Amino acid sequence: MTATTQDHAHHAEEPTGFKRWLVTTNHKDIGSMYLLFSLAMFLVGGAMALVIRAELFQPGLQVVDPYFFNQMTTMHALVMIFGAVMPAFTGLANWMIPLMVGAPDMALPRMNNWSFWLLPFGFAILLSTLFMPGGGPAGGWTMYPPLMLQTGTAFPFVIFAIHVLGISSIMGSINVIATILNMRAPGMTLMKMPLFVWTWLITAYLMIAVMPVLAGAITMLLTDQYFGTSFFSAAGGGDPVLYQHIFWFFGHPEVYILILPAFGIISTIIPAFARKPLFGYSSMVYATASIAFLSFIVWAHHMFTVGMPLAGQLFFMYATMLIAVPTGVKVFNWVATMWRGAMTFETPMLFALAFVFLFTIGGFSGLMLAIAPADFQYHDTYFVVAHFHYVLVTGAVFAILAAAYYWMPKWTGHMYNERLGQWHFWLSTIFVNVLFFPQHFLGLAGMPRRIPDYSVQFADWNMVSSIGGFGFGFAQLIFVWLLYKCIRGGQKAEARAWEGAEGLEWEVPSPAPHHTFDTPPVIR
Amino acid sequence: MAQAEGGYYVPHQSSWPIIGSVGVTALVVGIALYLEGIGAGPWVLGAGLLITLWMVVGWFGDVVREGLTGLYSDQVDRSLRWGMIFFIFSEVMLFAAFFGALFYARVLSVPWLSGADPATSRLIWDSVALTWPTAGPANAAMEWRPMGPWPLPTINTLILLTSGVTLTAAHHALKDGNRGKLVGYMWATIALGLVFIGLQAYEYYHAYEHLNLRLETGIYGSTFFMLTGFHGMHVLIGTLMLGVIAVRCMKGHFRPEAHFGFEATAWYWHFVDVVWLGLYIFVYIL
Repeated sequence: MTATTQDHAHHAEEPTGFKRWLVTTNHKDIGSMYLLFSLAMFLVGGAMALVIRAELFQPGLQVVDPYFFNQMTTMHALVMIFGAVMPAFTGLANWMIPLMVGAPDMALPRMNNWSFWLLPFGFAILLSTLFMPGGGPAGGWTMYPPLMLQTGTAFPFVIFAIHVLGISSIMGSINVIATILNMRAPGMTLMKMPLFVWTWLITAYLMIAVMPVLAGAITMLLTDQYFGTSFFSAAGGGDPVLYQHIFWFFGHPEVYILILPAFGIISTIIPAFARKPLFGYSSMVYATASIAFLSFIVWAHHMFTVGMPLAGQLFFMYATMLIAVPTGVKVFNWVATMWRGAMTFETPMLFALAFVFLFTIGGFSGLMLAIAPADFQYHDTYFVVAHFHYVLVTGAVFAILAAAYYWMPKWTGHMYNERLGQWHFWLSTIFVNVLFFPQHFLGLAGMPRRIPDYSVQFADWNMVSSIGGFGFGFAQLIFVWLLYKCIRGGQKAEARAWEGAEGLEWEVPSPAPHHTFDTPPVIR
Repeated sequence: MAQAEGGYYVPHQSSWPIIGSVGVTALVVGIALYLEGIGAGPWVLGAGLLITLWMVVGWFGDVVREGLTGLYSDQVDRSLRWGMIFFIFSEVMLFAAFFGALFYARVLSVPWLSGADPATSRLIWDSVALTWPTAGPANAAMEWRPMGPWPLPTINTLILLTSGVTLTAAHHALKDGNRGKLVGYMWATIALGLVFIGLQAYEYYHAYEHLNLRLETGIYGSTFFMLTGFHGMHVLIGTLMLGVIAVRCMKGHFRPEAHFGFEATAWYWHFVDVVWLGLYIFVYIL
């Protein structure tokens, strides 16, 4: 019995309408659900960011009360990390990895459905906490005790929501690993895999390694709150700093979970539009693996100011700075790929280029933060906010947008509207810099983060930053409109939608049929 | 078969995942409501538990039926293996978090609190001399005793190690096609698992009643009960899995050359064994 005969036998009775999406095991259906869910969460998290920027438009308290402001900073981060960026990458993995390795579907299709459907449920729990007595979590997304333990009724709901999201991520990652290790078409050796597949293999490994550690940390918060344990209480011989160590043992690899697939996307798009093979393929693979390894031994650079022994500070400082080496290899390879390439600048390439420039700025500010004595000055200021938004917005989010434009013809069968795409790109890129670049100045001048009010000397740059925030936020509506139009119609896309695009996904028609590679292709 | 024609079994629809999502959500919302003392909690929790169990039984039932009808090629089998390996790896990392808490407390935070790093202890607590095992500076007056390795934990160690041996004997019997021996060793393994759980329950009773060792007994009580409790839960789940597998052995579901359900459960059981050895050394002996 083959998958194909199964398929035909089932097609007649497959549910249609909404129920189809509840019970589907098709990687393309599930990929689409992940991507649309992620877009919805991007808009929800973005709305929260606009509440923050509206409050910070002027000094003083005018828009929301400070406690609600704190809920917004906390929820914005949780929604963007667990709801927008991670599901977007998982959606891309679902859609593209089976196509890229020539597999009929993900390795464990039913579990794939479960990984997705836990997300809306997890977020229903998480977002509902905003309406509970005492409000949502307000202690920051890192949930440090003892502050987090002062959360109201929302407390256990937040903990369990994160457990549910973590289970979803772990199952999604197990599926990705099983697919990559076991479902490659004959002849597709590991070192022939597209880099997006490689980066996802390593990301999935990181996720399986650290999501359970987060689960352990928040479970200890839960027992400290309700069952009288003293993990994070000095009175009982525990230590609040212990939580920070465990959290950041998860948190730092998490940062790379949010960026490694982006590296894979950029390594796919730049060669396509430079019409040259990627420079230094194997060094890209080794650099990715090195970054992943280093991510496990640098966590305490998030905690230089908690009072660590000097030896610890030195170790974590130097280990962190080492990450610049493999990251530099990557940036060099992207630039070298473009060297003397026949470049064109369609929207995916523009976003990829912006990624290379702007992510690198985030990388450099990260290097500054890695220097322990300097970090004492920068810690918990807007400089940190500027740093990780350069890495996560102009890094991860720009890469996701680049991927969306690049593969949209394959998903919808239509070319998107290039003029709208260019508007989206230029408005996003200009406003995102108006939004985040001044935050470097604010941070260096000493403005603390996560505070709804500020001293008047910070007023000018905050106003500029808020204008950038609203501009960037509303520019994203262009993308929503463009996506809607592209799904509804437009110029028919070729199987190979881009002249320089390489890879198995371009061998199947656009839009990709519901079932592809039922019989694996042979790679020479 | 499927493999020869390049096919891979892709089930084309399933209601179990969405049922599982509803069940797990109800379960955790029920626990959260209960912890916050909101009336409906236990009911929601119970409903969630039932729905989740229904999902587990139904989903695994589907998998067992598909396996028996020969839908799973070697390639599908490998996917399941990778899945199980990385699931166990995720469990290892969950325990790593709790072991990390234990090591951090013993090596760093307790010595710091008792003055090894004077700046820290002065800021956090008036310096008191603390040595492991400790319930922390606030509980200095508390009368309690730690749990030693003798006799119960050592007996339990031997029981778990023996259960690993009986399970391996069962596996050999399965490969030899000797069903009587297979079933016998399976039930022997389960019996050892149950004895372990019983002794562990007695140990907790002993801790609370005779040693005054509780969850509230500072960092020692916290790490002791968290590590042994999570491990005990895993033994319980492992025993249930072994029970299902034993019944399937009796029904003749497994063939000497194809019995991944058995192997996955055995891997899980050995993992639980290894975690126990870590516990025995770091929680009880050292």
